[in-house]
Amino acid sequence: MKRYLLQRIGFMLITLFIIVTATFFLMQLLPGTPFTNPEKLTDSQLAILNAKYGLDQPVAIQYIQYIGNLVQGDLGYSFQHEGRTVTSMISDRIGPSAFIGLQALVIGAIIGLVLGIVSALKHNSVLDYGSVTLAVLGMSIPSFVFAALLQYYVGVKLEWLPVALWEGYSSTLLPSIALSVTVTATVARFIRSEMLEVIGQDYIITARAKGLKENQVIVKHVIRNALIPVVTMLGPLAVSIMTGTLVIEKIFAVPGLGEQFTLSILVLDYSVIMGITIFYSALFIFVVFVVDIIYSFLDPRINYKGESA
Amino acid sequence: MSNTILTVDNLHVAFKTQTGKLTAVRGVNFELKKGETLAIVGESGSGKSVTAKSIMQLLPAATTEVTKGDIVYNGNSLLKMSKRQITDLRGSEISMVFQDPMTSLNPTMKVGKQIMEGVQRHEQLTKAQARERALEMLKLVGIPQAESRLDNYPHQFSGGMRQRVVIALALACNPKVLIADEPTTALDVTIQAQILDLMKDLQKKTETAIILITHDLGVVANMADRVAVMYGGKIVEQGTLDEIFYNPQHPYTLGLLQSMPKLNEDRSQPLMPIAGSPPNLATLGEGCAFAARCPHTMSVCHTYTPRDTVTETGHSVACWLQDDRVSASRDLVETGSSSS
Repeated sequence: MKRYLLQRIGFMLITLFIIVTATFFLMQLLPGTPFTNPEKLTDSQLAILNAKYGLDQPVAIQYIQYIGNLVQGDLGYSFQHEGRTVTSMISDRIGPSAFIGLQALVIGAIIGLVLGIVSALKHNSVLDYGSVTLAVLGMSIPSFVFAALLQYYVGVKLEWLPVALWEGYSSTLLPSIALSVTVTATVARFIRSEMLEVIGQDYIITARAKGLKENQVIVKHVIRNALIPVVTMLGPLAVSIMTGTLVIEKIFAVPGLGEQFTLSILVLDYSVIMGITIFYSALFIFVVFVVDIIYSFLDPRINYKGESA
Repeated sequence: MSNTILTVDNLHVAFKTQTGKLTAVRGVNFELKKGETLAIVGESGSGKSVTAKSIMQLLPAATTEVTKGDIVYNGNSLLKMSKRQITDLRGSEISMVFQDPMTSLNPTMKVGKQIMEGVQRHEQLTKAQARERALEMLKLVGIPQAESRLDNYPHQFSGGMRQRVVIALALACNPKVLIADEPTTALDVTIQAQILDLMKDLQKKTETAIILITHDLGVVANMADRVAVMYGGKIVEQGTLDEIFYNPQHPYTLGLLQSMPKLNEDRSQPLMPIAGSPPNLATLGEGCAFAARCPHTMSVCHTYTPRDTVTETGHSVACWLQDDRVSASRDLVETGSSSS
């Protein structure tokens, strides 16, 4: 296990390094400069600014310097906000994003599980077709469409919840719900097909032949075995929520990391783009890693020790 | 009170398919006596597994249906019982061992727990007592280091050992009837023998009646007291082991026995197959299902279904060749032709 963990962490670092490198050079290809209205600056002013942020160096040198700082945990300073470190910007902004993201995950997982389980148990019924249709809709319609619909109906017409902005808990609900639609749909579809597969397994007949009551069979044998693979969905779901927040936060004016990210890309705030990309990537790599570890605890057949049973 | 524990009477089971009902079991009759082993033999698709599963009512209700007949356990009709009563019976009175031990255990549950679950369902036992019983059962079926094996998962056992676990699970509540659906088909020959010996041993200790479903006549010869031969969803011949093996009356039984390789036979002789292929259940109508492949087919075989002809030894055959009316009419024809 220890060897496996070390190996995995090694690979994680390599992955992250590749992402950093690729992003760094791709970002340089973007047209424009990080400074607003550069045409109004004199050459000497530009030179001073470039020197201040190290942009006068060749890209390769900038890259080496960046990596050097990164290794020491220094993500540099923002180009837009005088004197603010990227680290402090991320830590200021992560709160709202994490909150609406996690809340979306919880809402989506709960509704998705219920829908999926019910539709598997009532396979080929109206209920099943209904929830499958909902799931397909949820997966194919982008979350910003739901966001707009929610804003209009729940926010403007019914006035149940605030349309936008970040003012107390009620402001978190609409963004979370909009984000959770994809999660709900994905989880519902996945758990449904897993359940149907497990229900067809021989060991379910064995469980019934033991005389277990139907609900015991369903809870202890079917759902338990069907839930295990659902854990693997956490990785892709985390990604879909992260990318979802980019748009959703913009729509609902949530002062989150996603909103900051889109803003930084628009104004070419190199160090912030790099910082947030690294942060997102690291988070995703970490989630996938944790999922694999959890999986080995949930499914006794998975073992990372490399020894045969 | 007779010592018959289970009676299957004129059982018909149909599958609901998109093209209509497909009757897989078409009038099965047999009786199971306490402590005996009845082997049900037949080729794939002859309806033996469906018969077994319908006794336990383990067939999916959405796609299958008992259309006619009855199954009586200990004087009570299983088909008239409530769902609750059936589940109470499953595992405690009637148990089942399945064909493939690799898939018939829950992969994410410790085997001890899987045995305990059934025990706790049927008997008022504490967790510790149930665990004690599970341990006892694992020892009984000959699993070494049973104590530590209780906490192992199915994938940590070999195929033969898993089948032992499945048997332990089935016998944990001391059932009166054990239905073994091809219990050794998925195992190596050497392991097969071990499992069969184990089942025979346990049967002596527990006096459980066994319905052994198999297509392997070797297994039958080794295990059975009585044999029922199934073909096309019906039992075509039924009798004691000796009657079936040494005095087969139905052409299908004879064909089965002749197609088996024998130790003392000239090996250069090819095996004798039964010509033709199994019947298509969807198109099977009146008449004997075996008529199309039978070397002795008469015109009556195609149009009328043969009745069971029972001898005084209890050997029953569903074949027109054994029917009094056919032999009587044959006599008539013969006397008629000789007089002209």
